[in-house]
Order: sequence, then structure tokens, then C-alpha cells
Amino acid sequence: MIEARLRLPRADFLLDVELALPGQGVSALFGPSGCGKTTVLRALAGLERAAGRVALDGEVWQDDARGIFVPTHRRAIGYVIQEAALFPHLDVRGNLDYARRRTGAARVALDPVVELLGIGALMARRSDTLSGGERQRVAIARALAAAPRLLLMDEPLAALDAARKAEVLPYLERLHRELALPIVYVSHAIDEVARLAHQLVLLERGRIVAAGALCEVMARLDLPTARGEGAGVVLDATLAERDAQWQLVRLQVGADFSLWARDPGLPPGRALRVRLLARDLSLACEPQQGTSIGNQLQGVVESVADDEHPALALVRVRVGASPVVARLTRRSAHALQLAPGAPVWVQVKTVALME
Amino acid sequence: MTPEDWSAVRLTAQLAALTTLLLLIVGTPIGWWLARTRSRFKPLVASLVTMPLVLPPSVMGFYLLLLLGPQGPVGQLTQALGLGRLPFSFAGLVVASVLYSMPFVVQPLQQAFEAIPERTLEAAATLRAGPWDRFFSVVLPLARPGFLTASVLGFAHTVGEFGVVLMIGGNIPGVTRVLSVAIYGHVEALEFEAAHRLAAGMVVFAMVVLVALYMLSRPTGRAAQAAR
Repeated sequence: MIEARLRLPRADFLLDVELALPGQGVSALFGPSGCGKTTVLRALAGLERAAGRVALDGEVWQDDARGIFVPTHRRAIGYVIQEAALFPHLDVRGNLDYARRRTGAARVALDPVVELLGIGALMARRSDTLSGGERQRVAIARALAAAPRLLLMDEPLAALDAARKAEVLPYLERLHRELALPIVYVSHAIDEVARLAHQLVLLERGRIVAAGALCEVMARLDLPTARGEGAGVVLDATLAERDAQWQLVRLQVGADFSLWARDPGLPPGRALRVRLLARDLSLACEPQQGTSIGNQLQGVVESVADDEHPALALVRVRVGASPVVARLTRRSAHALQLAPGAPVWVQVKTVALME
Repeated sequence: MTPEDWSAVRLTAQLAALTTLLLLIVGTPIGWWLARTRSRFKPLVASLVTMPLVLPPSVMGFYLLLLLGPQGPVGQLTQALGLGRLPFSFAGLVVASVLYSMPFVVQPLQQAFEAIPERTLEAAATLRAGPWDRFFSVVLPLARPGFLTASVLGFAHTVGEFGVVLMIGGNIPGVTRVLSVAIYGHVEALEFEAAHRLAAGMVVFAMVVLVALYMLSRPTGRAAQAAR
């Protein structure tokens, strides 16, 4: 459990946040550039001095009321930033050893960390000979070699191009799957957040606009996350069965509905994450015949809200226990007489699978 | 070369070595402070450190003489402490040389420290390295070329000083008569051959030092680049 109460005057606003993040899984701090999310992370690490209180699992790292401030080097954190910041005078092994040698009793074995990040072949390389993606993987391994009880990541993918991002992302997914380590992940990219986060804290101009489970926050229509191309919901699913003839799988979402998607080549029973983008969903009053859409779900309209463009509307529909969000033209919403309580059929054009 | 000339060479080497050592000790915190501070006093301190570059050595020597002399505040202090008088002693030469060569040591160190990104030091802190640990495990290795440059320049510049030495140390054989003063004495006495021996030696020394420095300063650029 990470608790923080932080206040810090910034050039054009007052950073004022109160956080209570679970002691497991990935908590994302999400918001536009300059909203204060990096400052929050730096204050958790003790790199920035904000007024307030910080505690991890009851261990107090900062409490101004009691005059406590534990310096960064005495906090059991791992910290990964955009630029990796590897030590240029050490090779990869030297970078990892630097962290490991200073952990005292908590000293970790390097081999599993090296294996987890797939950097075995890089150990003798100097950091200036590594690619951006390799550098970032080494930086993550180095942070883990410090035996952290909390991993703080500040836009670890932001400096990478799309190909390098795709290279590093699977390693980030492995992190929380294979380690029982709480991660606080700062990002302004909704795609990364949708893929990695379990908890989502939305920041705007130094204040928390919303916080909660990712699925719930993403399904809210009144938040900035509902704007733009990334709008949509994230659902937890289980790979239920495989249709070998058509290379499809059925994904069970909650108790009461399932979706067909492309076979990701994973074994049945595997937990997966499904992202349904608002732009990939359409609504109909009756089930459609003679359509190419393979996924039709019956639901009830919960709310309708205006989208950014005046021609568009966002409609939130409850399907079983899960909310989904569809983006329609306002004319369509009007023609279908969509109002809270109206029964509808949701047509899902694309199901994005994430591990 | 006469025994007196050799004594001047030895004295010069001792003075330069001791001055360089003291300057590395004093100059490191000053250079570090100048590289990292956001204090409004930074321009003032930087100017003070740089003064010897622009002041005529005789001006520095004159004021140092007043300051260290029997009536000066520092002179009174050293006498009260039982250290005696500094002017016209080897210790006085060392004090004057430290001040006079200060910019040649502080500036390369400051530049080397400035080239180390803040985030590299922060990374070390997040990896459990305390302040001293960070200095020895990150700052020293990354600033090593800067330390080399500072040492070479500090040493060479102390060897080459003349005005301050003459003002504060005079010309006492074996105590304050360093090479530059000895050369001056030979020229005054029209002993051109003796002056040549020492002067040519100085030219060769300066050349060797500078070539070594420029050869060393190539990796500086690369290390600084890698740190960025």
C-alpha cells in the first residue's frame, strides 16, 4: 500500500494530491505533459521535496509533521526514467552490480533479472553501444537489481520509436506478471496505460481528477480519457475455447458474455486483457442479420454524453456486469432514441487482445 | 648547471607539486559548488576564482604581501598562531601559488562536473548510493579527464609563474628562488648561457606538458558525450 499526501507550488499551479495505491499491480499516473505526474513520482522517490507525507506499507519515508525525510538512497525503490541514465563508465554487468552491491541483506540473484529482461547477451557491452530499447531493458534490470519494494517508472517508453516500444512492452508486461512488486507508472500515452495498468490515477494541473480501477475509470464518459482516439474500455477476460478451423478464440468476459477474437496462440484458461475502442463499437436496436460483425452483445444504455466534436456522442452500455463505450454520431444516437435504460445491441468490430 | 640552478629546479618542482595537490583538495569542492549551485552568489565566487587570470601578477603579489605581512590581518593571525611570517618563505610561496593557479584547476573541474547529467547522479541515489558514495563511484570516474587536465594545468602554471613569486617570495636561494626567478637573475647578470639552459628546459617542459594534455583531452570529449 502506497500512501502519499503531497503539496508543492509549481510555476502555474499548486500540486496537491492524495494517493492511496494498492501494494500490488501497476498503478498508472496519467495526464497531459506538465500536469505534475513526474513531480509526484520524484517526490515518492525522495528526489523532489514536496510538503506532506509518503509511506510504503506503513514504513514512513516522509512525514513533515514529525520531521521525517528518508533520503532517496535509503528508500527501497527502483527508479526508471525515459533516458535510462546508465552509467557510461561501466558496462552492462557493472551497471547491474552497482545496484546489487549496495543492497545489503536484500541482495538479489542477478540471473533471474537478466533472464527476465533478456539481456544475457549484452552483459559485457558498454552502455553507449546499446540501442534505445536495450538500454531501457538494462535500466529496468538495474532497478530490479537494487531489490526494490516499489518500482517507479517515469515514461520508460517515451523516448523510443514504435518498433523499440513494441520490443520493450512485453518485458514490462512480464514484470508485473512474474514479480510481486507494486509499480507506479507515469505516462501520457493512453495505449501504454490501457495495456499495463490495473489502477489509474488521472491528473490535471496538479490535481487528481479521477482514481480507481482501470476498467472503471476508462468507462467514465466525463473524463479526458473518454476523448480522442484512445477512448474505450479495458476488460479482463479468460481464453475459453479455440476454433481451430477459423483460427479464432472465444474469450469469456465476466460471467455473462464472450467475444470472438483472433487466436493469439495462447493456451486455454489464460487470463487476458481485452480492449474495446469506442470507435470500433456500433449500436443497433435489434440484432443484425447478414452482417460481417462476429460479436453482437445485448446490453442496456446507461448514459449518453457529448464527445469532443459536436457531431459525435459517447454512449455507455452495460453488457452483463461490464460497461462498454461506443462512439456514434449524434444523429444516429437521436435516430435510435438512445436514452438511459434503452435496450441495445452492441456490435464489436475489433477486439484488441493484450497479455 | 650549477648546484644553485639544480636547487631552483628542485624547489620549483616541489612548489608545483604541493600547490597542485592543495589545489585539487580545495578546488574540487569549489568546482563542484560552482557546477551545481543555483545560488545568486555564483557569479561573485566564479569571478573571484577567475581574478588571477586577468589581474597582473604584481597586483596580486602586492596585495598578498600586505595581507600576509607583519601588519596584515593574515600575517597577524599566522604570528599569533606561532606560524611565523609567510612572506619570503616557502610556505608563503605555496599560499600565493594556490591562489594564483586556482582558476587553472577549478575551471576544468567545474566543466567536468557540469558535464555529468543530474539524472546520472539521481540514478545512483535511487540505487542506494549515498552522497559520498556517489562522488567516488560516479563523479570521480566520469570527471577523471577533468582531474587530469586540472592537475597538468595547475602544475604547469605554477612552474611558469614569476611576478607573484618575486613579490611574495623574493629571491632567496634554496627557499624561494624558483626557476623563473633564477632565469631572471642569470639574465640580469648577463649570464646568457646559464639562462639558456634553464629557459630552453622550460620550453621543452611546456611543450611536453601541452602535447600530453591535448592527447589526454581527446577521451574527455568522448566520455562527456557518453555521459550525455
